[in-house]
Amino acid sequence: MASQGARTAAAPLDLAGPAAPPRRNGELVFEAPWEGRLFGLTLTLHGQGHFEWEEFRERLIRAVARRERAAAAGGAPFRYYEAWRAALEDLLAAKGLCGTAELDTRERQLAARPPGHDHGS
Amino acid sequence: MEHADDLRTEALESLLVEKGLVASEAVDAILRHYEQEVGPLNGARVVARAWSDAAYRRRLLADGTAAIAELGYGGPQGEHIVVVENAPRLHNVVVCTLCSCYPWPVLGLPPAWYKDPAYRSRIVREPRQVLAEMGLALPGDVEIRVWDSSAEIRYLVLPERPAGTEGWSEERLAGLVSRDAMIGVARAAAPRG
Repeated sequence: MASQGARTAAAPLDLAGPAAPPRRNGELVFEAPWEGRLFGLTLTLHGQGHFEWEEFRERLIRAVARRERAAAAGGAPFRYYEAWRAALEDLLAAKGLCGTAELDTRERQLAARPPGHDHGS
Repeated sequence: MEHADDLRTEALESLLVEKGLVASEAVDAILRHYEQEVGPLNGARVVARAWSDAAYRRRLLADGTAAIAELGYGGPQGEHIVVVENAPRLHNVVVCTLCSCYPWPVLGLPPAWYKDPAYRSRIVREPRQVLAEMGLALPGDVEIRVWDSSAEIRYLVLPERPAGTEGWSEERLAGLVSRDAMIGVARAAAPRG
């Protein structure tokens, strides 16, 4: 556990600036479980060398800026981790790791599960 | 909307797991790390300043609340913060035996284990054993002082500065200071070589 901590502590998260995740007194704030999952997925992929942090960060900054502009213009309210997910999906597609089409398909499959599917797990 | 977010994220994780790009257990471990081990930034900045500035350190030990306010932190549960300093032969650890008093302005909300009756009772009776169970094995010649928060007083542990950090900026130093180190159940992290 200690070595795990030492390794993950080095994740190059921005503390400030346009791509910095929401924090409360330094601690990351997840409004819903999927946000934490998404965050963990991203850091795991990076930790395993599937991409450089800067490649993700550039996309995140762009995704955040686009959504903030849209929200300011009266569009959908800005949601940080929704921008994060768009950035990750974009990067994974660009890297050929996971395409948008297969993701759409999987999402439809999951949506078609009968209710109560996950209560046994 | 919430549901769509769940589905999309679940779809992403299931595909990535299937492709062998990530393991769900690794994701769990990363999340645990960020939720439990990464320290609150306010307290970490206070500690890093104290490590870097001897005059600030003296002010911090003399009047924690006032020195912490110099960095702009204060508010509920922070009206009377006492800072206790670790040394090579002295280790401090904080508890609230009655409830879960905690210096919010510097540490945020307490972790679940801090509120757990087992920690609150045992850390007073057998601190060395409890610290060892939490991963901090202290040599027998290190005195352990347990500080019980009261209705008025909140404690913050000033950990020892790790060796090999000479010349580091405060920001870099703050990255070594975990919440657990400021409660006293861990040391400040060693610099990575």
